[in-house]
Amino acid sequence: MFTKIKTVAISLTTCALLATSASADDLIINFDDLNPGPKKGFEDAVAAFKAANPDINVTVNLNDREAHKSAIRNFLSANPPDITSWYPGNRMGPFVDAGLFEPIDDLWAAEGLDKEMAAVQPTMTRNGKIWGVPYSYYQWGIYYRKDIYDTLGLSEPKTWDDLLANCDKMKSNGVTPFTIGTKYLWTAAGVFDYLNLRTNGYDVHNALTAGEIKYTDPRIKATFANWSTMLDRCSFVDNHASMSWQDAIAPFANGDAAMYVMGNFSVDGYKNAGLTEDQIDFFQFPAITPGVALAEEAPADAFFIPSGAKNKDAARKFLAFIAQPEIQGPWNETIGQLPPNNQASISDDKFIQEGFSVVSNAAGLAQFYDRDAPAAMASEGMKGFQEFMLNPSKVDEILARLDDVQDEVYK
Amino acid sequence: MSTSAKPFQASWLTRNKLKVAPFVFLAPALFFFCVYVVIPIFQSLQLSLFEWNGLYNADGESTATYIGLSNYAKLWDDPNFWVSIKNNILWLILYMLAIPAGLFVALFLNQTVTGMRFYKSLFFFPFVISQVVVGLIFGWFYNPDFGVIAKVWQLFFCEEAINIVGNVTIKCRVPVPDILSNPDWATYGIIFAGLWPQIAYCMILYLTGLNNVASEQIEAGRLDGAKGWKMLWYVVLPQLKPATFIAVIVTVIGALRSFDMIAIMTQGGPFGSTNVLSHYMFEVAISEYGERYGYGSAIATVLFGIMMIFISYFLWRMYQDEKRGI
Repeated sequence: MFTKIKTVAISLTTCALLATSASADDLIINFDDLNPGPKKGFEDAVAAFKAANPDINVTVNLNDREAHKSAIRNFLSANPPDITSWYPGNRMGPFVDAGLFEPIDDLWAAEGLDKEMAAVQPTMTRNGKIWGVPYSYYQWGIYYRKDIYDTLGLSEPKTWDDLLANCDKMKSNGVTPFTIGTKYLWTAAGVFDYLNLRTNGYDVHNALTAGEIKYTDPRIKATFANWSTMLDRCSFVDNHASMSWQDAIAPFANGDAAMYVMGNFSVDGYKNAGLTEDQIDFFQFPAITPGVALAEEAPADAFFIPSGAKNKDAARKFLAFIAQPEIQGPWNETIGQLPPNNQASISDDKFIQEGFSVVSNAAGLAQFYDRDAPAAMASEGMKGFQEFMLNPSKVDEILARLDDVQDEVYK
Repeated sequence: MSTSAKPFQASWLTRNKLKVAPFVFLAPALFFFCVYVVIPIFQSLQLSLFEWNGLYNADGESTATYIGLSNYAKLWDDPNFWVSIKNNILWLILYMLAIPAGLFVALFLNQTVTGMRFYKSLFFFPFVISQVVVGLIFGWFYNPDFGVIAKVWQLFFCEEAINIVGNVTIKCRVPVPDILSNPDWATYGIIFAGLWPQIAYCMILYLTGLNNVASEQIEAGRLDGAKGWKMLWYVVLPQLKPATFIAVIVTVIGALRSFDMIAIMTQGGPFGSTNVLSHYMFEVAISEYGERYGYGSAIATVLFGIMMIFISYFLWRMYQDEKRGI
C-alpha cells in the first residue's frame, strides 16, 4: 500500500518535471554543492564539456547538500537524471544494492582510470563492479599552530612517542594539545579512524568497518588503549561535547589549543578566524605501530549514472570527460582540494601540496568511518566514540555494545 | 413521518436534511483526517513488519522485505529504546510540574492592578515563541563557554590569564558545568527549558478558569472561615476542575511529543542519553544515519500505543462528563 501511494505522488511530480525534457541528446546532471567554490568548479567543468560537445544539450540541477541527501532517495527511481553526484564507499551501498546505479567498469577500462585513479578504485567498487567517477577528494591529518610549536621548540612528530612528548611539553606550558568539537559526533570518528589505521593498518580497519572483525577484538582494544593514552597525555579541550567542529576552531585560533585532527576543508575556517598562513601548518598523523604502512583518510566526491538514466551515452561521455587530468586539475584548484586523477596538476597552496604527497604515498585510502561503515553501525559507533572520549573507563561496556550492534547490522 | 397522502412528496434529501447536514460539513475534515492521519497510522503499522531502507528499485518497486515481528523483538533488546522510554517517563512526570506552577502564576496574576493585562501578556509570552527558539535560547544559556550559567560560574571559580601566544584566556579552578553534554543532567536541562512555555500555557488555562469562579461561593466560604490553602483546596480548585483536566491533557501530550527541544538542544546526545521515543524514531528512520524505516515505524507504533492509553482515558472521561451533563 505504501508503495502505491508514494509512486502515484512521485509520478505526478515527475510528469510535471519531465514536461520539457527528453530529446535525444539531452544530458541532465544533478549536483549537490551550492558553496561558491565547488559550484564554480563544477560549472567551469560543465562549460568545458559543452564547448567540447556542442551537440549535447546539458541541463544542470543544483541543490544543497542536505536537500540532495534526501532528494536522491526519490529521484533515482522516480525521475532519474543522467548523472548525479554522490559519495562512494558504503554511502553508495544502498543504491547499488537496489540496482539504482549503473556499473561503469568498461568506462574505467577504456579511459585507463584503473591506473590514473588507482588509489580511489577500491572505494568506488562494490560487489566486484565499479560504479562511479570521483572528481575530488581531500586529505585528513593534523593541523597545528606553527607559532606555538616554534615558541616551545617542538618539531613535527614522526612517531607516536614524539607526539606524546610534544603533548607533555605543551601541557607543562599550559597549552591544551588538541582541540575538537564532538557535538555532531563525526569529528571523533576522524580521530578513531587514524588511531586504528596507525595501530592496526588499512586491512584491519577495513575488516572492522566491513563487519568482519569484532569491536572487542584485541587489536581494536589496542586502538582504544592508544586513544586512552592520547586522552590522558594529549588531552582535548574541555566541553568538546557541546561544540561543533567550527566552534572548536575558537580555542585553536586563540592559542589555547595547538593541534586539530581535521580535513583540509577546515583551513578556510582557520583563516577566517584570523590565523595567517604562517601560523598554521599540517603534518601527517604519526606512525604508532612500527612497520604498519601509513594509510590515510581521504573522502572522495563522485558522479554516478542512475540505472534509469535516459541518455547513458552522453552520461558516459561526460564521466570520461571529467575524469581527464586537464579537467580535474583546474577544477580542484578552484575548490582547494585534490584531484583523484594522479596525472592532474595541483595548486601551489602549501596544504594541497603537502596533502597530495601524503595521499599519493598512502598505503590505502579510507573514506571516513561514516562512509565506510553502514549507516546504522556508523551512528552507534560514533555515539560510542563520543562516550569513550567523555568517559574512557567505560571502554569495555561500549565495545561490547558495539559488538551487539554489529551483529544486528551485518547479519 | 406522516402517513397521510400529500399532494407533494418531498425528496429523501429534503426530508433528511437535518440528519445529512452534519456529515456534509464534517466530510472535508474527515477526508483530510483520513488521508493525513488515519491511513498513515495503518501504513506505519504495516511498515513496522518490514525491513526497509526507504528505497524503490529502478522499476519503482519497494525494496522492503517482510520480517514479521522481528522489529519489535529488536526493540526489546535495544538499550537506546529503553533509555528513550525512561526519558519519556521522566518528561511525563516532571512536565506535570507545569500544572501547579501555572496555577500559582495564574492566582498571582488574577488581581486588579493597573497594567495587569500587560503583565499577563508578558507571562504568556514564552508560549507564543516557537519551541525551536526556546530550545535555542536555553541551549545558549547552558553553553559552557559563553552561556549565562558559565558567566556566573566564571565570576566565582575562574580568572583570566594570558596564554602562550599572548591572548587572554580563562582558567577555571573548577570546570564550568556542561549541562547538555552530561548524560546525567542533559535531560533535566531540556525538560526545564520545556517547562517555561508549558507553564505559560497552563497559566492561561487557569486564568480563563478563574474568570468563571463564582464569587458568591468564595464569599460564602469566607463567611464560613475558610482562607488560604483551605480556600484554594476546597472552594477554588473544585471549580477549576475543567481547566485542570485540559491542562493535564495538553501537558501529557506535550511531554510525549517533546521532539523540537531535543532536536535543537542535543540531537538526542550526548551519545543518545537524551533521546525520547519521538526523537529516536526520527533518528532511526529519517535522519542522515537512519534509513531503517521499518524499525522506525515499530518505535512509532509503541509511542502510538502509549499515547492511546492516555487519549482513551481522556476521551472516556470526557464522555462520562458529558453523559452527566457537565
